[in-house]
Amino acid sequence: MSSPEARFNQAIKEILAGGLTRTVLSVILGFLVGALFMIGSNKEFLEGLTYFFSRPQDSLGAAWTVVSDGYGALFRGSIFNAEAEDLIKAFRPLTETLRLGAPLIAAGLGIGLAFRVGLFNIGGTGQLIFGMIFSTWVATRIELPIVLHMIVALIAGILGACLLGALVGFLKARTGAHEVILTIMLNYIAIYFFSFLMRDPALLQEERASGNPKADPAAVTAQFPKLFGDEYSLHWGLVFSIAAVIVYWWLMERSTIGYRLRMVGFNPDAAKTAGINVNRTYVLAMALSAAFVGVAGANQALGTAIGVTPSSHAGIGFDAITVALLGGSSAPGILLAGLLFGAFKAGAPAMQVIGVSPEVLGIVQGAIVLFIAAPPLIRAIFGLPKPQTTNALGAIRGRVFGKGGAK
Amino acid sequence: MKLELRGITKRFGQLVANDSINLVVQPGEIHALLGENGAGKSTLMNVLYGLYQADEGQILLDDKAQKFSGPGDAMASGIGMVHQHFMLIPVFTVAENVALGNEPTGLFGTFKLAEARKRVVEISDRFGFNVDPDALVEDLPVGVQQRVEIIKALSRDAKVLVLDEPTAVLTPQETDELMAIMRQLAKAGTSIVFITHKLREVKEVADKITVIRLGKVVGDAAPDASTSELASMMVGREVDLTVTKRQASLGDEVLRVENISVLDDRNQRAVNGVSFMVQRGEILAIAGVQGNGQTELAEALLGLRPVIKGSGSISINGEHRKSQASVRDVLESGVGFIPEDRKKDGLVSEFTIAENLMLNASYKSVFTKGLNINFAARKKISKDLVERFDVRTPSADHLAGKLSGGNQQKVVVARELYRKVDLLIASQPTRGVDVGSIEFIHEQLVAERDAGKGVVLISTELDEVLALADRIAVMYRGQIIGIVGPETSREQLGKMMAGVAA
Repeated sequence: MSSPEARFNQAIKEILAGGLTRTVLSVILGFLVGALFMIGSNKEFLEGLTYFFSRPQDSLGAAWTVVSDGYGALFRGSIFNAEAEDLIKAFRPLTETLRLGAPLIAAGLGIGLAFRVGLFNIGGTGQLIFGMIFSTWVATRIELPIVLHMIVALIAGILGACLLGALVGFLKARTGAHEVILTIMLNYIAIYFFSFLMRDPALLQEERASGNPKADPAAVTAQFPKLFGDEYSLHWGLVFSIAAVIVYWWLMERSTIGYRLRMVGFNPDAAKTAGINVNRTYVLAMALSAAFVGVAGANQALGTAIGVTPSSHAGIGFDAITVALLGGSSAPGILLAGLLFGAFKAGAPAMQVIGVSPEVLGIVQGAIVLFIAAPPLIRAIFGLPKPQTTNALGAIRGRVFGKGGAK
Repeated sequence: MKLELRGITKRFGQLVANDSINLVVQPGEIHALLGENGAGKSTLMNVLYGLYQADEGQILLDDKAQKFSGPGDAMASGIGMVHQHFMLIPVFTVAENVALGNEPTGLFGTFKLAEARKRVVEISDRFGFNVDPDALVEDLPVGVQQRVEIIKALSRDAKVLVLDEPTAVLTPQETDELMAIMRQLAKAGTSIVFITHKLREVKEVADKITVIRLGKVVGDAAPDASTSELASMMVGREVDLTVTKRQASLGDEVLRVENISVLDDRNQRAVNGVSFMVQRGEILAIAGVQGNGQTELAEALLGLRPVIKGSGSISINGEHRKSQASVRDVLESGVGFIPEDRKKDGLVSEFTIAENLMLNASYKSVFTKGLNINFAARKKISKDLVERFDVRTPSADHLAGKLSGGNQQKVVVARELYRKVDLLIASQPTRGVDVGSIEFIHEQLVAERDAGKGVVLISTELDEVLALADRIAVMYRGQIIGIVGPETSREQLGKMMAGVAA
């Protein structure tokens, strides 16, 4: 029974064993792949190709223009817009990056936690939706004073996600079912359950909604307040996500709970022999993993003045897998990776405006994961030496998990 | 065939596994390659067998230089190898296994089983191996499986036969039989390279002995060299192989096992109605050939494996244990456990030494402060333990996976003994451990006994059992055949290990 399981865990370990160099190279390669797609779909470039050998500069110039324009727009849309009329507007892209990155960071932490226990939590979407359901219910169906209402709604979101995660852990521990299958299937259940709730005004549906699945907007008392006034839509979700990063760091690097979680992730046999109840640890790990995702769920439900819809999960549950992989499941890594992907989301509209299809960013994202998850490929491209087994294992700790690691 | 290795050097990155090794094996000679684990014996033989390419040096057969790019080449040139772990397919018959990779085929590639059988019978008869060509390999005792491996090599006309630690899995009687076979093969002109770290066997069967240490040949010896002389060559310093211990001063009963039965992973009864007790101040050794239920017994004592309901009971310090005690309960009731497979069960290779030292003390112990790890205390304790237990490492912050086997085992021993236990269960504590560390670990076990702890030593090494035990329980097919005193002769124990009651 343990052998395919062990092989699977080994694969996760190897994928996570990437190290900083490979991560950076993967990101650069991802952008290069994205550039190729931009060039390939550019009309001037393709027209230039027909007479490439007589005037190559036409094609090459067009290629350069489209790539620099495209990524330039990405920068303008996500970091700083020098063309804006005033300084406040110029900085808005950066705040958008932070706003959109916040739930990615929180959910990424959740997925990363599961990775470090040797579990593959594909159920971010479902857990996020459960978080939204609970938060939305508290935010729309209960009346509480300001601040308290928000806190209760946030905690409800965390608990809601936690519940679904714990269920996965419980089923895995009890029946030996694989968490990948369980979480994928529960995603569907969660998505349709969510829509179901929003079809009935007695449940979550907005009173005035004309048959469309849509929930009431969160009560003003429960909404995350804006961080820097009404000029920016950045809200307290960022603060909660950064708090989650700190909690995650403490949990995984400093606490005995995280120590046992990591132990089970590295070597469940040794953990068993050391008196650790491995099955119970799996339940705990899935619950904690989902709890972090729940922060993102609350963020989606409470971070906006309009009611949630079935698409409010915004694909964060899946993007979080990428974020966790890119961040090597370490707290600082996930923070940076979440911000990068937040920038992609923030910058996409700006790219669309200049006529570059923002789907290119999806390709960049996918390519990054591919390069990180395909170590032999990346090693082959850059001629890196194949790490010996012990080195690879060492690299996990030393490079990926070593940040602020236990001394 | 004469085998000569000239200046073989093999490097793995920084590590020089073989440093210009010269070795000459004459036709019909039994040449023992003696060295500790990690000395470079296996690397050398893998170079010879074409599994590794030497960085420098030459392999000569009958004075002709050879170039092997894989085991196929080596086999074709007449080199046969019997690995420590058998390369047999359990559900195939002997004949099928022997033919595998070298199948006699007829028209359209049909497999000619009859011919394969004939080949097995012929070799088996010639050397008196007594192997049934139609038996399934999984039904055969380990000793016979090994003979199948030898037949496999001989069926490919091996003129040089390499035996890699062949006696590790054998009973003393089977070992004797293997030695007889080796002599017979040598007489028929086969050159044999016999890799081992067991001095007694070397002296008994070898014509010539080459000792390897740290990848270099440190000298040759004749089989009449004294044991301590060979051991010193192997380790590089004087070693004392005898363990000095005082008369046991027995105290209260610390462990009582009554009539327990345990299932193995395949739901077979691996332990069948075993009873024994251990007093403070004694070492009870559980001897026996590997795979006779010792592993399952140890796991049951720790609570890792359930005891069959209603089959019996285990009491520690006079207290009856719940039938389904958790491992944590058992550990916290004062039991220390050294698992037989330290890489799998004893250590987390990706953790540092310091992290490994708190492996089973992460709930509430000196290593913790509320929910936090007490990093300051851990640093201090691990530094202290690394010194006291002579773990060879630059610091306790190094990864446990990078330590040598002996040093890894010292980390495990240090962890278990630091916890102040009443009962120590040590399962194969010196397997795959260098001689220096063996000495040290043995001293520690005796020190625990002298400090009034009960020690259960589960070991398949008769030498270890005889050196340490105050009483010896011999296990055979899940049962204890008898419990005898330490003065019992090797022959008598050997018989018991083969199932003959005392």
